[in-house]
Order: sequence, then C-alpha cells, then structure tokens
Amino acid sequence: MDTQVLTTSLFLLVVAATVGITFWASRQTKTAADFYSGGRSFSGFQNGLAIGGDYMSAASFLGISGAIALYGYDGFLYSIGFLVAWLVALLLVAEMLRNAGRYTMADQLAFRMSQRPVRTAASISTVVVSIFYLLAQMVGAGSLVALLLGVNSEALKNLTIVGVGALMIFYVVVGGMKGTTYVQIVKAVLLMIGSALIVVLVLAEFNFNLSSLLGAAAENSGKGEEFLAPGLQYGASLTSKIDFLSLGLALVLGTAGLPHILIRFYTVPTAQDARKSVLWAIGLIGAFYLMTLVLGFGAAALLDRDQVDPAVGGNQNLASPLLAEAVGGGEGSTGGAVLLALIAAVAFATILAVVAGLTLASSSSVAHDLYKGVIKKEGTITEKDEVKVARIAAFVIGAVAIALSIPAQRLNIAFLVALAFAVAASANLPAIIYNMFWRRFNTRGATWSIYGGLIAAVGLVFFSPVVSSLPTSLFPDSDWAIFPLNNPGIISIPLGFLLGYLGTITSRDPAAEDRFTELEVRALTGAGAEQAVQH
Amino acid sequence: MTEQEQAARHDPIYDRLHATPEFAELRRRYRGFVFPATVAFLAWYLLYVILSNWAGDFMSTQVVGNINVALIFGLLQFVTTFGLAWMYARFSAAKLDPLARQLDAEYRKGDDV
Repeated sequence: MDTQVLTTSLFLLVVAATVGITFWASRQTKTAADFYSGGRSFSGFQNGLAIGGDYMSAASFLGISGAIALYGYDGFLYSIGFLVAWLVALLLVAEMLRNAGRYTMADQLAFRMSQRPVRTAASISTVVVSIFYLLAQMVGAGSLVALLLGVNSEALKNLTIVGVGALMIFYVVVGGMKGTTYVQIVKAVLLMIGSALIVVLVLAEFNFNLSSLLGAAAENSGKGEEFLAPGLQYGASLTSKIDFLSLGLALVLGTAGLPHILIRFYTVPTAQDARKSVLWAIGLIGAFYLMTLVLGFGAAALLDRDQVDPAVGGNQNLASPLLAEAVGGGEGSTGGAVLLALIAAVAFATILAVVAGLTLASSSSVAHDLYKGVIKKEGTITEKDEVKVARIAAFVIGAVAIALSIPAQRLNIAFLVALAFAVAASANLPAIIYNMFWRRFNTRGATWSIYGGLIAAVGLVFFSPVVSSLPTSLFPDSDWAIFPLNNPGIISIPLGFLLGYLGTITSRDPAAEDRFTELEVRALTGAGAEQAVQH
Repeated sequence: MTEQEQAARHDPIYDRLHATPEFAELRRRYRGFVFPATVAFLAWYLLYVILSNWAGDFMSTQVVGNINVALIFGLLQFVTTFGLAWMYARFSAAKLDPLARQLDAEYRKGDDV
C-alpha cells in the first residue's frame, strides 16, 4: 500500500479514537471540579500515565532522538535534565500542591495572599508559558505532517496547524479534564509501545549489543569517537558551554513549574495518589528517555547523513519516523511503509495530547483565576458560568495559538520548549517553593518573583541571538543581540528567587504569615483538602 | 465555598494541630528527608553537567568497547533518579503517612463538633 494513504488512514484513526473518547468523557463532566480536575477521581497509575502523556512531547520524541542522531551524546543531555527534574516535583511540589490547591497553580498562592495581585500574576505567567509550549508543538505538527505526506507546501502546513488547533479546542471544550486525561493515557500507551517496537528492531540489527550499535553510529556519523562524548553541540566555546549550563538549570527546575503538569496533581483523590502518579511517571518517562537513546544512536547508525543532517538536506526531526521505515525493511517495502505510518501516527497523537493539556491549563487559569478571582465581584458568579468562561477561554487561547504558530514556523522547536521551561523555572517555581516553605513569604514577594522571572526570561531571549544577529535568528537582518546566550535560565532563575526574597523582606503581610499555619497543616496532612467528587 | 470565603476563614483547629508534637515530628521528618535529598540530587546533576562541559577527556575515556565514562555517568543519573524516587516512596509510606493520617483524623473529629 502507498505510504501516504496508510499514514493518512492511521492519522484519521487516531483522531477518530480521541474524538470518540472525548464525547464519552463529556457525558461525565457536569461540575466545575469535573471540568477542571476530572472530578479528582483518577487513580495514581492512570494519572501517572496521563502525566507521561502530557510531558513526553513531540519535542522529546522527535526532537531528542533527532538531536542524538545529529550531535550524538549532546542530544542525550536533554533527556537527563528532563528526567531528573521530576525529583523536584516528587519531593517538593506534587503532594503539597494537591493538598493546598484546588484547580490552578494560583490557588496555593491565593490560599494565603491577596487574591487579585497573585491570581493576576500567576494567570499571566501560566498563559505565557503555555503559549510558548503550544507554539512548539503546533509548529512541530505542521512540519511533521507536511514532510510525511511528502508535500512541502506552506498551505498544507498551515492547514495542519489549523486542524490541530481545532482538535485541541474540541478536546478541552467538550471533554474537559476527563477527556484530556484519557487522550493523554491513550497517547502514552501508544508512544511506549511504538517506541519499544522500534527499539527492539534496532537492537536486533546489532545482535542486542549496545557497544556495536554505538560503534556503528560513531562510524556512520563521520565524527568518530567524538560522536559518543559530550561537546559536539555545546563544546565549541566558553559561551556555548555556559549556554549549556543555563539550559541544564532550566530543564531541571522548569518541570515543577509547568502549569499543565501542576494541574495534573489535582486529578487524584489524595496526596498519596499524587505521589504514586509521580512515581509511575518517573518510571515511564525514564524508560522512554532510555529508548530515545537507542532511537537516536540507531538513526545515526542506520540512516544516511543526508536524511538527518540539515547541512546536507536532511531533517533531524524526522530521525525517528525514518528509522522506523529503515528497520521495517527500508523505503519502498511494505514493512517500512507500515512502521513509518505507525510512528508518524504516534507522533501525531503525542502532539494532540500535549496541546490539549496546555490549552486546558491556560483556559482554566483564565476562567478560575482571572475571571472569577479578579474581574468578577465576590460571590457573583455561579459554577456554571465559570465553566462556560473556561470553555470560551479555550476557544480564544486556541485561536491565538493558531494565529501565532503560522508566523512562528521559522523558530526551532527545541528552542521554544527550552524557553517555556526557562520561564516556568524563573517565574513559577520560586513562588511555589517559597510559598510552601517560608512563613514570611508574602504578596509582594510572590508578584515580584513571578513578574520579575517572567520579564527577565522573555526579555533576555528578546536580546539574544535567537531573535536577532544570526542567519538562524527570527530577524536575521537586524542585530540587537546584547545578551550572548540562547537560554536565559542562568540569569533569570536566580533573579526570580532573589526578587521573591527582596519583595518579601521589604513588606509585611501578617495575614499571609498567619495563614501559613493552616497552609502548612493542610499541605502536610491533607486536613481540609479538596475531596474527590462522587458521582 | 468560594475562594474569597476560603481566604477569610481561619479555623482555630489548624492552630491546635500545628502546635501538636505529632505535627512538629511530621514536619521534621519530611524536611529532614527532602532538603538533604534535593541538595544531593541537584549537586550530583550539576556535577554531571559541569563534567560534560569541562572534563571532555575524562568523559570520553572508554570503559568497555564503545561504552565510555560519559554514557555510564548519564545512565547513573537515571539509576540515582529511580533510586531516590523509590527511597522516598518507602520513607513516606513508613514515616510520613501514618502521622499525616492521624492528624487528618483529628481534624475530621474536631471539625464535626
């Protein structure tokens, strides 16, 4: 069968399955707690799968294996940061957030601070992080579909972006958290099975000998031994080394500040279930990143350089799908066509699940924090209205993401994701950590750290080579790049923490300090925490 | 219950629970585990990042066949992440959950009267 027909059919099958799930979930979505948190009724294992589905994005599946295929060992450095980061979520954030909050990241700050300023700040930063992350996924979807269907036309890419945007709005508006969660669970299972299949086929080519796989990758890459050691991508100069350190910090500290990850902790009945879901997620995500190692080196060993290296006309983001084709029997063979279509469909499902999670996180925050907490007067809004506003917000955010994605297609996917992590680590993490562990922390500290971290991270990128001065920049013909690094984390993350500290010690908020007693008891014991919804 | 009411409420039972020796012990055990653990895994991760950047010769030393120090170091990060997660799961189930459940039960009892 023709690969394109097969690929298209599998794409449509994925879409049909997820649309079916969403309609089914919509029948069980009645209250605000259902819409925002799936009624808090998922088990730790289900939520662990959904976290994996929410987290293992196209940037991981296509981006990391592509980076390993291209740069060898340096691509693997991403995986390690992305995994170790989960320890921050496990030890410091997941359980306490589950006990102290309700629906959004802002809830646990608003628990003891002035509602309006902290909800406004947290909501703005939630939307900014989510939009950067959404752009990465949608741009990825556009190029994936265009390249797999073999039609490199702008019109098809734009059509794909609009299609993905329409689907993600549909999942969130109709299915709420329940629909989104099931889409993520299905995706996580598909991704693990699909990757495992290709990994086994790759290892079989080398008689399950990792050393010979690495040897073949080093030889085929044309770089030799260097390909297996750090330095090919980041070792060029002191600036690039510091850039890597900056990226490493953003990756390890960003995860526990990502709004679409944080709201997943509210979908389980207790803090113990939140802990279990992170443990499952760590197992799943760790196993997945070990597989990307084999996929990346496998692609380096088995594919021609002109398939993966953009310098000679390849595309690194397609390393995994092309590898699937190669181990299935090569171009033109039935096995190759089937595996290529399968992995492409898995990648497509991956994108759909992640964009749904992001849209849900930002629309929840707009409805629950901005509309209910800031714009409307106390007690003048019903639960029904709030959910209606969340659905409208999903529409608006989806439309904005579509509109921004079309001109953003020049930007590198991995960069956009790294930027979202840097903003999350700089703006969100300091406030979350201070709020849980520091009685003295107050409203001014929270707003300073959120706005300061956010403005520093986005501002430094604006003055970096990503935006101007280089041929690969967004504006290659201009030069206002006064900041030398691509990733702002090394400056903006400490700045977020510092501003949180300075804002706190220059003001007093006795009510916030007093209510820390209640927050601490609730966070550690679960006394008075939100209960699961009984249907 | 709206968020605004939530912010105004301050149930005195939280002060009582906060003052109990059980709560002090729970907080001591929790912080006693997570603070050193966080410092340790962040230091271990940063060591790895710094060695990757500035100790290229050491990291590219081959150990077995084509498997070099860098790969082993990277895989060790996976091992320590899985290991620490497993240790925390055991620790919290044995040392934290019983105390938390006991305090939560006292809260529910106090809430009813």
